[in-house]
Order: sequence, then structure tokens, then C-alpha cells
Amino acid sequence: MSFLPNSQLHTGGIIREAGNAFDYKTGDWRTFVPEFIEDNCIHCMFCWIYCPDDAIAIDTSGPKPVMKGIIDGHCKGCGICAHECPPAKKGKSALVMVREEK
Amino acid sequence: MEQKLMALSGNEAVAYAFKQARPHVASAFPITPQTEMMHKYAEFVANGEIDTEMILVESEHSAMSAAVGSAAAGARTFTATSSAGFALMWEIVYITASLRLPICMALVNRALSGNINIHCDHSDSMGGRDAGWIQLFSENAQEAYDNAVMSWRIGEHKDVRLPVMTTYDGFIISHTADSLHMLPDDAAYKFIGPYKPGYTLLDVENPITVGPLDLTDYYFEHKADQLAAYDKAAEIVGKVSEEYGELTGRHYGFCEEYKLDDADLVMVILGSSAGTAKDVIDEYRNKGVKVGLLKVRMFRPFPASYIAAKLAGRKAVAVLDRSASFGGFGGPVFTEIRSAMYGQQVPVHGYIYGLGGRDFDLKQVATVIEDLQKVASGGAFEDINLLGVRS
Repeated sequence: MSFLPNSQLHTGGIIREAGNAFDYKTGDWRTFVPEFIEDNCIHCMFCWIYCPDDAIAIDTSGPKPVMKGIIDGHCKGCGICAHECPPAKKGKSALVMVREEK
Repeated sequence: MEQKLMALSGNEAVAYAFKQARPHVASAFPITPQTEMMHKYAEFVANGEIDTEMILVESEHSAMSAAVGSAAAGARTFTATSSAGFALMWEIVYITASLRLPICMALVNRALSGNINIHCDHSDSMGGRDAGWIQLFSENAQEAYDNAVMSWRIGEHKDVRLPVMTTYDGFIISHTADSLHMLPDDAAYKFIGPYKPGYTLLDVENPITVGPLDLTDYYFEHKADQLAAYDKAAEIVGKVSEEYGELTGRHYGFCEEYKLDDADLVMVILGSSAGTAKDVIDEYRNKGVKVGLLKVRMFRPFPASYIAAKLAGRKAVAVLDRSASFGGFGGPVFTEIRSAMYGQQVPVHGYIYGLGGRDFDLKQVATVIEDLQKVASGGAFEDINLLGVRS
């Protein structure tokens, strides 16, 4: 038999589109997930800086960035954001790890 | 085309062939019997004859890795090795083909350890037969030179983009002086042409990712794509060889046929042993025995239907393997040819010979021809036989 080249792929399996990791959902193996409590958030962006993945959604359209929540497809439940989140509102953090149960 | 007649060892001949492509980068680690090839090449660089960037590495794994990085950056790149060195490259040998980087390699055939043996057999290149490289085998220094020149054109072809290894027998070819015709440098470069990479990491305007994670979703499609490139490669090997034949007068196909047309009995062989076989075939031809030779030049991609057609209707075929496939059904060449001959009523049996550089002498060829005569007259024969080993 003979084989035909696949017209949908780039030769050698290279990726030509930059930033495509965002489209590759990997957050389906976690046990814990951060719960976002908006009232406690001071929008310091610590969570966004410390997140080792692309899991923090922010809105940058205004004069200051605004924390919007967790992006489900990328959070692996490492808990770094919750650890770094400062308890700035009466000793309460905006991110708390909870066991994810379905 | 006027060509210089030179007296060179196989290693020197291949060093010249590589130089004529004006490669940008070379990375290799010394190992017998390849060392002399890179030694010669380093001399060209030291003498200012060529400005190839030579990368010093600490192992063959690194040599192959450096070559991949260089080729992914868009540079024309080659490497060279033998035996255990090739085995150490293993992981990256597969990656080179998967990334479709047309790196050229001189693989100077030497037995794999253990025990340690520096002499010729094909166990190193046969181990790499499934890695996705094109493999061209050579009978002598002339063929090693010619294959090495052509390997650039074949691998770099836009529809192929696969790495190519030119293999030649350790010591038997690599270290013996042979007379050969060489293209003038300019003519060789004109034939090979400048390198146009399929992609380059250095294009900052168009950034790419090379070698990303490729799991259950796309890996299979990428492998299917590689299979398609391999299919195309056979066609391009044919075309490039034809063009090279017009230029040099030396014509190559997938295989060389020696007194094959009317042969009832056929030997199939790779590499330098073909020369020995031809001499004995001449002797038997003089005695009226219709025996011929099919020398496989292109083992990868394996020209299955081509070989099956060439062997159709013969009375007996013997396939000689200079490597053993432990636990397998005969040597790799035998296995593939038996399989390619499926459905044909031609008896095919196999020999394993010359391991660790054991001399392949005239007597051994005579044994094979006499065995073929017995098979042709209805004698039963073992599928797999050992040739030239003490029992």
C-alpha cells in the first residue's frame, strides 16, 4: 500500500502558531481546586504571577488589572495561588483550596 | 563531465563528498573505524579549505543532538559514527527522522558489542532500520563517495526531508585505498545545490515550536505523515540517481544487478561482499551455472515490490545477512525479502555471515552457489544457515 502526506499537519510535527498552549486543555487530573471568593480579592495579581500555568483569568481592559477567576482547563490544583493569596480582607484570602467532587 | 581519478580510502572519499556540499555544521565523536573520516574533515577545516563549524561534543548522543539543533536552526549538517556510537545516538536518531531534518550521516559499519569488536558487520545500521532514515549501502569507496554526494540531494528534497545514512563497511572499505573518480568541487556543489530548510528556529518573525508533546491526539497522524515521506523518498532516490548517472556516467538504482537477466540462481547481498561474490559468480558462469547477484543499495526505504519482481521466476534465491536478529526469523534482509516474495513459488533461504569482520571468502560464496544448485534441483534446505562459523 502507499501512504499519502497529511495536508492538515506541518511537516515534522512542528507548531507554527505561537501561544497555542492555551488551547491545549490539561487541567483534568486535579484533586483540589481553588475557590475564588471575589469579595476578599484586592486584585494584587499575586495569583496571576505565581500560577505556573495559564489558570488565572484577568481582565486588563481597565486602568488596573482585575482578577476574574480560575480557568478550568488549565488549573491542575497545585494550590500555589491559594498559598500566595494575601489574607488582606479581615484576615481572609480570596483563594481557598477545596476538594473537587463531582 | 571530466572527473579526477584519485586513490583514497573510503573514509577520505566520504570526507570529500561531504565537503563538496559545503555543510554549515558538523558534529561527531571519534569511534573506530569512523574516526579517520572526521579526522580528514577536520583537516579540511584546519587548512581553511572549508568553513564548516565543527562542534566538539562529549559523546555520540550529544553529537546527534547537536546535529538536530543545528539542522532545526536551518543549517546543512552532517555527522558520522560506527557501532556502539550509533547505538548511543539511538534516541536522537529517531527524533531526527521524526522532525524531518535532512541530516547526512556516514555510518561506517562495525559490529556491536559485546564482546568488543572493531571490525565490520551490519548490526549497527540494521538496528537503525526502523528509525526513519534512508539507508544507502556501498560496495566500495567509489560507491560510498557517490552515495554521500547524492544523500544531500535526496534527503533535502522538499517532498522527502528525511535524514540519510551512507553506510560502508568498516576497514574493508573505510581503511583500504581504492581508486575512484571524483566530481570537481564546483560541479558537485552545483549538483547538490544550496540548502533550503523546511523550517528554521532562527526566523524570529515566524516563531515555531519543534518537538512538542504529541500524545494520543496527533502522534499517529504525524507517524502516518512520515510513512508517506518514506514512500516519496524511494521515488526521489531513483530520480536523483538517474540525474547523477547522466552527470557522472555512474548509474545507480535501488539495486545493482550482476549477471541477473538469465540467472536461475540468485544471491542477494549488501555492501563490500558483493565484490567477492561477483568474482565467484564469474567462475561458476564459466562452468555454465546460471547464477547472478542482486546487490541491494537502498535498504531503506525497502524496495519490496521492485525486489520481488526481480526475483520472480528464479529457481532459488539465497539472501545473505551480515547481521543476526537474535530471536528473529533470520537476518533482517532475509526476513524482508521472504516477506516481499509472499505468494511466489520461489524458494528463498537465508545465511548469516561475516559477523565481527569474519572474512567472507571465495569458498563461502561457492558454498552458497552449490547450496542454491541443490535447492533448485528439489533439495530441502534450512531457512536460516550460518556461513563461515566453526561448529
